[in-house]
Amino acid sequence: MKLRQLAHSRTGDKGDTSNISVIAFDAGDYEHLRRHVTAEAVRAHFGELVLGDVVRHELPRLAALNFVLTGALGGGVTRSLALDAHGKTLSSALLDLDLPER
Amino acid sequence: MRTLRIGAGAGYSGDRIEPAVELAEHGHLHVLVFECLAERTIALAQQARRRDPEAGFDPLLEERMRAVLPACARQGVRVVTNVGAANPVGAARLTARIAQELGLDALKVAAITGDDVLAAVRDGDFRFEESGTPVNALGDRLVSANAYLGVGPIVEALEAGAQVVITGRASDPALFLAPLVHAFGWAMDDWDRLGQGTVVGHLLECAGQVTGGYFADPGLKDVPRLAHLGFPIGEVAEDGSLVVTKLPRAGGCVTPATCKEQLLYEIHDPRRYLQPDVVADFSGVTVESAGADRVRIAGGRGTPPTGLLKVSVGYLDGWIGEGQISYAGPGAPARGRLALDIVRERFAITGLAPDETRFELIGVDAMHAGAATRSAEPAEVRVRVAGRCASREQAERIGREVETLYTNGPAGGGGVTRSVREVMAVQSVLLPRDQVRTQVHIVKA
Repeated sequence: MKLRQLAHSRTGDKGDTSNISVIAFDAGDYEHLRRHVTAEAVRAHFGELVLGDVVRHELPRLAALNFVLTGALGGGVTRSLALDAHGKTLSSALLDLDLPER
Repeated sequence: MRTLRIGAGAGYSGDRIEPAVELAEHGHLHVLVFECLAERTIALAQQARRRDPEAGFDPLLEERMRAVLPACARQGVRVVTNVGAANPVGAARLTARIAQELGLDALKVAAITGDDVLAAVRDGDFRFEESGTPVNALGDRLVSANAYLGVGPIVEALEAGAQVVITGRASDPALFLAPLVHAFGWAMDDWDRLGQGTVVGHLLECAGQVTGGYFADPGLKDVPRLAHLGFPIGEVAEDGSLVVTKLPRAGGCVTPATCKEQLLYEIHDPRRYLQPDVVADFSGVTVESAGADRVRIAGGRGTPPTGLLKVSVGYLDGWIGEGQISYAGPGAPARGRLALDIVRERFAITGLAPDETRFELIGVDAMHAGAATRSAEPAEVRVRVAGRCASREQAERIGREVETLYTNGPAGGGGVTRSVREVMAVQSVLLPRDQVRTQVHIVKA
């Protein structure tokens, strides 16, 4: 299954760092997300798009995870050559992540 | 128990105008906040002010103020906004003049200055947080340096009776936190209330992004009537907990899901959201439905601030040149890739060597490169070549090389566009808070 079936997401930008939230539609799926949507899985999914680190923050009360990706925005929104300089579309790319069935 | 009703009237400088007018007219608001200042907007505004000392504030200010001031004056709604950009006093003067023309002579307008710390940053010994490079190496390329101010001067202006408060750079949540501190008399060391007040500001500051804007994904997350999206109202209690809602007649929706997406928007460590007046902790925040289009949010906490203010430094960083051309029909991606190869080779032949380049096919790999899903061949692609160069002349050549693909490139290329723009880059430094002196000006027309 795809992450998109269990969670929704929004991307934010600050300088050259992107943050991507992953929020369970159903809080009952939070544990499944926590187990499988790891910082390593996110890093592997984005490959060379992320030059720096991927750090995950857990928010159990919101049934949400927050990923912080450094060096992910082509030097930052103000100087990036990317068409989507804010990296706003990264959330949709992450929702394409493959997950094992629950 | 008292409740302060705060509306968000804009989430960025170009935002829709009618939702704010509807809120002012029908929202039973105490305060309406307009957040209109993106990271580099103030640097561009600073350049504009150098050319014209009367300029340097938000270009939509006049249209917005003319639209909302009559309703705000009629309903007794106070306005707090960062439309002042690089010239808050000029913005306040124009606002006072508009008020006078509208017959609202008694309207008290305040401007806040002190965020412009260019001199301190230019003459000091600062390094950029991200790149580590020294600021004074920029020389003439340095354009602006603005500190993110906290609530202090905004509260002062409200206490002085200002009905419109215009700032330059201030922390976005502070625009909302200040009216709460003023209305409820929160102590400036009541860290948990300041933390929860930051939650209020963070949820509301992007306006429509919490009421169903930037949320719809048909079939999974449907949102009604986005063309008539309503902006949010925060009903804030004395302890800082709030209900986020909207006008019943407006489009959009307020659900726990829309609120959670906005709560985590642009957040890094949720336990340490650095603000001028507090380090907010979102880890204990709860989000629960409280009826149709009503969501109750509480549990934000805080710890003392770091004593350092973030300063956005704007500087000129070369030129970006770009060219695009489309290919369609069978074999479009192969012709697009051939076009990219040709332009790459042309760069080598003509000795054009931008500092950084991108060669991509929009529709194939422009957004996510390797992370893109491989799917069926697209029916059309758009070639895009972009590069950053030291000079305008070099940047121009990038688009010209793409344009020559018309008669020199693969079959069937069409719809060339090319552009050149000067890069206004922004990075941050940290400045000790005691080096910033703010001032409140009550401005007459």
